[in-house]
Amino acid sequence: MSGNMNLTLKVWRQKNAESQGKFVTYKAEQVSPDMSFLEMLDVVNEGLIKKGEDPIHFDHDCREGICGACSLHINGRPHGPKHGITTCQLHMRSFNDNEIVVIEPWRASAFPVIRDLAVDRTSFDRIQAAGGFISVNTGGVPDANSIPIPKVVADEAFNSATCIGCGACVAACKNASAMLFVSAKVSQMALLPQGQPERYRRVQAMVAQMDAEGFGSCTNTGACEAECPKEISITNIARMNRDYFNATLIKNEE
Amino acid sequence: MSNFAKTFSSSLGKKLVMALTGIFLCTFLIVHLVGNLQLFKDDAGQAFNAYAYFMTHFTPIKVVSYLLYASIIVHALYALMITAGNKKARPVAYAMQAGNQNSAWTSRNMGILGTILLIFIVVHMGDFWWKYHNAELPYAKYEISLDNPNDIQVSEVPYDANRLVHSEVVDIQAGKKIVISKDLYKVVQNAFQTWWYVALYVIAMAALAFHLIHGFKSAFQTIGWNNNRYLPLVRFISVWIFGLLVPIAFAAMPVYFFLFK
Ligand code: HEM
Ligand code: FES
Repeated sequence: MSGNMNLTLKVWRQKNAESQGKFVTYKAEQVSPDMSFLEMLDVVNEGLIKKGEDPIHFDHDCREGICGACSLHINGRPHGPKHGITTCQLHMRSFNDNEIVVIEPWRASAFPVIRDLAVDRTSFDRIQAAGGFISVNTGGVPDANSIPIPKVVADEAFNSATCIGCGACVAACKNASAMLFVSAKVSQMALLPQGQPERYRRVQAMVAQMDAEGFGSCTNTGACEAECPKEISITNIARMNRDYFNATLIKNEE
Repeated sequence: MSNFAKTFSSSLGKKLVMALTGIFLCTFLIVHLVGNLQLFKDDAGQAFNAYAYFMTHFTPIKVVSYLLYASIIVHALYALMITAGNKKARPVAYAMQAGNQNSAWTSRNMGILGTILLIFIVVHMGDFWWKYHNAELPYAKYEISLDNPNDIQVSEVPYDANRLVHSEVVDIQAGKKIVISKDLYKVVQNAFQTWWYVALYVIAMAALAFHLIHGFKSAFQTIGWNNNRYLPLVRFISVWIFGLLVPIAFAAMPVYFFLFK
């Protein structure tokens, strides 16, 4: 088929967290521009399997940009060169024929490599488990409009809640800071009435867990916001900082 | 650990210290700049020397100056601590990282810019602050006509351990005010005759500009003050006041002395 491309891939290969990794070069031939980046890797992997070699390991699940499983640092940027999308939404037409594509895993001590390009992001789960919830006893279903919430506030909370926890913010940040993720998870509840009872306990617990996981500090470079596939704003970070200082320096209880 | 200690050992707390000391240093810069504008006065340094005396001998200002020294040290130490933590958070570097496509250069180089500033502060304080406080500097004697304050006769008075740093006497009979002050102005004038010393100052002020274009607004974000109504003002001050006006005005001083004095 005409219009297909040939690419050279430089892929990070690493057996497990303990072993030394290295770049290995592969040819991706006859790549259709309509393929997604992950489909391109699938094709390369099929070739590797046929040759009896170990396929390249990478994370993926929904392949439609909603689950946050796919990762990959492509040519120096999380989820590749396009803005506001995940790797599974990245198409090969975003690359040029004969281009060299460098593929690395997310790099952070809190995201140890499991194998090749797959990293362990359970540190995010532990941060979420530390406080990213509301405690309510279940009962009858309340009327949907019994708690009035201004539309702008509801929208803002919704925007924060669109975080899929992919870790691109950490991957993009020069300090491997998780502030955008944590602040989005803090904000989605801090903005809504249901989140108020645990608002200040939540932010302290989640920040403490974030620090314990070994993520870096925020220098406010804004790289996270620029690379976030869900375009989550660093306004969330300011809100989290405000809540945290409020909680630890001003509030009496909790 | 007390709540207070816990807060300030957290990543957010450390950043709060950076932001508060940074903002304090920014306000100091404005005061320092306004004071130093006396250097441009054509009075052989009379106003500047009087100002130097005031800044070093007026108690409230002395208190603030100790706060200032502490802020510089704390700001630099916390910068070191935070940077070390950030390095640890990414032990394996990327082979390829296109930072220029997602963030501003200034924001990624605060440590380098800050290090240039620290070197500058040490050199700068060594040459002026240390000399003014400890060196056996000669005095300048200003004889100012009471009729015309612009008519100033200046002469040098050698160092004398018993002499006050600054004294003013009005001699009605002679129609003169006689001011004798430790001559810091002369030190400044001499220092800025060397081209590389002037260059050092200009480079340091460029580093200051880049440090503060990012730093000033960053501090507001860190503290959590990012109200949509005031954010444009904060950005404006970051770029136009701290990124341009302040560093250019400071850099103009050595250049002015090099060219015209
Ligand atoms: C006149 C001197 C200085 C002023 C006015 C100043 C001001 C500031 C301000 C306002 C910030 C932003 C704080 C924030 O992002 O929350 C900052 C950050 C920073 N400063 Fe300075 N600073 C000065 C000197 C220095 C020195 C001497 C150093 C290094 C030894 C330094 C290193 C840093 C670093 C590394 C940051 C970034 C911290 C981070 O965001 O992770 N600064 N500075
Ligand atoms: S695989 Fe689910 S977001 Fe990409």
